[in-house]
Amino acid sequence: MTDSAITTEGLKKSYKKTEVLKGVDFDVRRGQIFALLGSNGAGKTTTIKILATLLRPDSGTSFVSGFDVVKSPDKVRQSISLTGQFTAVDEILTGRENLHMIARLRHLDNPGGIAEGLLERFGLTDAADRSAGTYSGGMKRRLDLAMSLVGKPSVIFLDEPTTGLDPEARLQVWEMIRELAKGGTTVFLTTQYLDEAEELADRIAILHEGRIVADATLSELKKLFPPAKVEYVEKQPTLEEIFLHMTREIQ
Amino acid sequence: MEARYLLSDMSVMLGRSMRHIFRSMDTIIKVALMPILFMLLFVYVFGGAIQSGTDNYVNYLLPGILLIAIASGIAYTAYRLFLDVQKGIFERFHSMPIAHSAVLWGHVLTSLVSNAISLVVIVLVALLMGFRSPAGILSWLAVIGILALFTLALTWIAAIAGLSAKTIDGASAFSFPLLFLPFISSAFVPTGTMPPAVRVFAENQPVTSIVNAMRALLSNQPVGNDIWIAIAWCVGIIAVAYFFAMRAYKRRVLSR
Repeated sequence: MTDSAITTEGLKKSYKKTEVLKGVDFDVRRGQIFALLGSNGAGKTTTIKILATLLRPDSGTSFVSGFDVVKSPDKVRQSISLTGQFTAVDEILTGRENLHMIARLRHLDNPGGIAEGLLERFGLTDAADRSAGTYSGGMKRRLDLAMSLVGKPSVIFLDEPTTGLDPEARLQVWEMIRELAKGGTTVFLTTQYLDEAEELADRIAILHEGRIVADATLSELKKLFPPAKVEYVEKQPTLEEIFLHMTREIQ
Repeated sequence: MEARYLLSDMSVMLGRSMRHIFRSMDTIIKVALMPILFMLLFVYVFGGAIQSGTDNYVNYLLPGILLIAIASGIAYTAYRLFLDVQKGIFERFHSMPIAHSAVLWGHVLTSLVSNAISLVVIVLVALLMGFRSPAGILSWLAVIGILALFTLALTWIAAIAGLSAKTIDGASAFSFPLLFLPFISSAFVPTGTMPPAVRVFAENQPVTSIVNAMRALLSNQPVGNDIWIAIAWCVGIIAVAYFFAMRAYKRRVLSR
């Protein structure tokens, strides 16, 4: 057993004539939060789909939990879960039924108990028996994440987990991701928000034009640039701080 | 390891889409309503003027009406499949260790069950309008078998549409021509009065042999070759549509 949860070497993928990935290499250790940073169209989703066995690479190898994603996708699927860019919850089923369904599809004992536990953990107990279509964006995302945790997968892929969420819901998702990593789960996330990577990730890789142009910890990345000039400025609260302050006060 | 769970995965999928159906009863009503209106229209408005050669036009009409109901019912399969692809639910299922064919078969079984419910409603209305059949249990089983085969055939066609459509309208538009096939067949009037070109088409398209076979079975007449032609059409369509549906499925879900 190695210490790596995900390794990938020389990953290439083209769609028709467009070369999306031109040889991507990285290594994610167990229990790490790894952020793949890149602008829209950089190939983040393509990378995550290959690692989650949804897409075959043209060349290169990837191992997740020690298994080759092309040669033994079933073994890989046993240990992972994917939360896609858009919340993949069944909007006609209730929150409880969604979780129950996933637990049964993972062939787990006591799906009812698992659903109950996750509903509570994600603060969805009160809404458990409403159809997920009536949930707010943040609640849907929470249910989506809860569904990804059914069966305690050891590697979790999150494709832009906070895109489209309001600041409050975003903080809740961050909190959950941190908790997961504390419990030993490896989290692989993609994001286009720099502050998100800065806030969460143990290690950050920057994907640009189909290649990894940087792969390091935040402090290492910062060292790559000349030391910050010290300036004294009056600290103004950010708009986010003001927003959160006002909305929490009213509650 | 996939095959071991095929049945259990399939039953989860069936349960899921059956919930969809029972939580939107309006779809079943919508599916049953149009054929019932057609039946009322043809029996009470046109029926008196149509020389079908029988004294009970409801008996004559019912098989064709049932086929129209199926042709409109399967549009919802295309619609539900399209939404599953669109919302990323298929991707979630595919990144899980489940039997992948269960995902599609769940939708197909659901189509069979929901169409059966609509058909029962239509037959009940037909009974109120004077439909009577001397057919025994075996003939009825044969009729049910033909209807199930026809539903399967059209459902796999719907699957191709649902999996390859780019828009939600496209996903259900394909069923429109299917709805018209019964009109150019022996479903409403005998083909004898049609001009030659139309008549050749009418007599050699699947609906005519299917309708004739069901009509003969329900009225205790000898069925002849029609039933074999009907079964051959259905099985042939199933085989071809299944192949293309699977291809569309792999293209859509596994290599986007």
